[in-house]
Amino acid sequence: MTPQRADAEVAVELRGITKRFPGTLANDAVDLTVRRGEIHALMGENGAGKSTLMSVLYGMERPDAGEIRIDGRTVTFADPGAAMAAGLGMVHQSFKLFDSLTVAENVVFAAEPRRFGLVDRAAARRRVRELAAEHGLAVDPDARVGDLPVGLRQRVEILKLLHRGARTLILDEPTAVLTPAEADALFTVLKSLTAQGRTVILVTHKLREVLEGSDNVTVLRDGRVVARLRTAETTADEIAAAMTGRAVELDRVHAPGTPGDVVLDVEDLTTDAVREVGLTVRAGEIVGIAGVAGNGQSELIEALAGLRRVTAGRVTLRGRDITHASATERRARGLAYVPEDRHAVGTAPAASVADNLAMGHHRRSLSSHGLLPPAAVRAHARRLVERFGVKAATPEVPASALSGGNLQKLLIGRELAHEAPLLLVEQPTRGVDIGAIQNIHDELIAYRDAGHAVLLVSAELSEIRGLADRVLVMYEGRVTATYPKDGADERTLGLAMAGGAAPVEVGD
Amino acid sequence: MFFDSDLLMSALRALTPILLAALGGALCERAGVFNIGLEGMMLMGCFTAVTTSWFTGSPWLGVLAAALAAAAYSLILAVGAVTLRGDAVVLGIAMNLLAVGLTSFLLRTVFGVQGTFDDPSLAGLPLVGGFSPLAYLAWAAVAVATLVLSRHVWGLRLRGVGEAPQAAATLGVSPAKYQYAAVLVSGVLCGLAGAQLALGNVTLFSENMTAGRGWIAVVAVMLGRALPLGVLLAALLFGLAEAAGFRLQGLGLPQQATDAAPYVVTLGALFLTTARRRRRTTPAGAVS
Repeated sequence: MTPQRADAEVAVELRGITKRFPGTLANDAVDLTVRRGEIHALMGENGAGKSTLMSVLYGMERPDAGEIRIDGRTVTFADPGAAMAAGLGMVHQSFKLFDSLTVAENVVFAAEPRRFGLVDRAAARRRVRELAAEHGLAVDPDARVGDLPVGLRQRVEILKLLHRGARTLILDEPTAVLTPAEADALFTVLKSLTAQGRTVILVTHKLREVLEGSDNVTVLRDGRVVARLRTAETTADEIAAAMTGRAVELDRVHAPGTPGDVVLDVEDLTTDAVREVGLTVRAGEIVGIAGVAGNGQSELIEALAGLRRVTAGRVTLRGRDITHASATERRARGLAYVPEDRHAVGTAPAASVADNLAMGHHRRSLSSHGLLPPAAVRAHARRLVERFGVKAATPEVPASALSGGNLQKLLIGRELAHEAPLLLVEQPTRGVDIGAIQNIHDELIAYRDAGHAVLLVSAELSEIRGLADRVLVMYEGRVTATYPKDGADERTLGLAMAGGAAPVEVGD
Repeated sequence: MFFDSDLLMSALRALTPILLAALGGALCERAGVFNIGLEGMMLMGCFTAVTTSWFTGSPWLGVLAAALAAAAYSLILAVGAVTLRGDAVVLGIAMNLLAVGLTSFLLRTVFGVQGTFDDPSLAGLPLVGGFSPLAYLAWAAVAVATLVLSRHVWGLRLRGVGEAPQAAATLGVSPAKYQYAAVLVSGVLCGLAGAQLALGNVTLFSENMTAGRGWIAVVAVMLGRALPLGVLLAALLFGLAEAAGFRLQGLGLPQQATDAAPYVVTLGALFLTTARRRRRTTPAGAVS
């Protein structure tokens, strides 16, 4: 870092930013000071006001009160274009790219090098190569963005900002979609950017990367700044406590279960993206599947849930062959399912919370002579809302009105309430707050301890390690490694996920 | 011989209105506005071209007026779909229906006739080297549209706007501006298509004289994947079908059957494209 120089050193300063939305105070007199050349983490749970604050800084929202200073000068941004002109640049959580255009076209879009009014494609390619070489962001300028993996798309987003001369980069949850290796690569890039005097604001709720990658942390809760910490002098527990307002036990490794009879037996299962997968899950056991997204985990779970055709192999649930059974037959046999995509697959966004909670239960416990008594549906909804702490104004509001974390609680609550012998659960805590993660984990452990079998797919290694009694690693559609609980540290798992492990057999 | 150079020549003559309208449709498609109002815009062009040529005696003024009138008419789609965020399909259908009613009404009001207005002193477009000047213009438009879409700054931004308007907006490119431009240009091109139809292919105006050519142009946009060269090939296919229809008529087939040729080709083309599209969009697993 550059030596201490009082004012010149501050790249971005927000003073007393207040922003009201109908019914909520999203930002309440927030101060934020970001120094030149640092990686500054802005942390907080969902709804703490991080996104609003960044929208205000980036000219997407007008603050009701407060002041923005860039390089010591007071500014007001009418739109993101003005913020960009002042040297800010933002990588949104959902990328803003043109899939059918090339990398070079995406990078220079709206700031094109020209020759006779035409886009100078050679110059654009050259520019991408220069920027890529300078910042360690290697990517083929002629590749179609739609063909690139997520990690490379993010590079294109960063190149786009650098092409426009951004001196301060705002990254909104940049690692949410990245593999551990891609995330490491991103932080190497960010550190080289700050070494050149650029500034990075990192909006995130992931503690580990903040501790490893940032210089300072500002924590928001309920729209207010609750902590300003120097990363070197703080701990994960301190940040988590600031975010949640209470002490949180992080990365807890739960006690192992006591496995009983085999509930799910899969032999040589093959589908379009799964090759000869064999596994068993016993009652009272959580089996975790780790793997980089896209290595067949989703397809495996879909095949088990009856949503994807099995081309070869055999699936047995509690002694009965269900290889080609319909989803309804599987559920009747004792299967519950928490899908990865809770918006499109797990719930019906336009239907009410009560109706969403009734789905699946409508066939059995809630049905009375083929009808659904509204009183029973309401009572069922109230029970689950209370038990799982779903925050909904009333059970009549549509599911789309719930936050991601609350929707996940609803979904997990509905599926656990089946008390099915086998639970398939994918990414149970993706995008869920720290406090809620703990509750969901406790529920899954309680479910296991009640004698049920659980097959868990997660991209979070700490989650797999904390919950699973056995860990399988999937790579390119196959199970390439199996570890007992505590049998592999994160490094070993990470290596196996990247395809670098020799198969390990453990007796079960 | 059934397929000979005469057939090709008459196909090239027949395709001009479809090509002009389809180029406009392709631009809209690229900008993210689904324009199925081509038929109506074209019909407005036909009527304006004939009326203006009749009263001024100049087919050239007719062409100009047709382009302007159809562009003005296309504002319905621009304002409705872009500014007011209405459904482009509903708007397009409404524009097509309105154009039929409006031109029939005006035909009665202005010329006092029903069905067809036809007069030997109505000035049509001259032929230059065997083709209407608008045919050359259409071919040139293919080249210009190809160059602009693939290489020009404007074309790059238009494609970006059509694919991801929000992404374009975050980079300071206004999607509305480009979408308005695309719709207006499609209006101009449809106006020219109408002028070609009413002062080139024939020299008269009759009610609903576009007879589905605007719809065929919509299919040409799909079949040609909204690429100018692809649209040219698709239009050529329809031109051949129309020319072949005339030829078959000469061979003694009933006119009702031969007139159907372009529409049969359209149906076949639609079937092929949707079948191809369905294969491309087979479920690839849930991605969140």
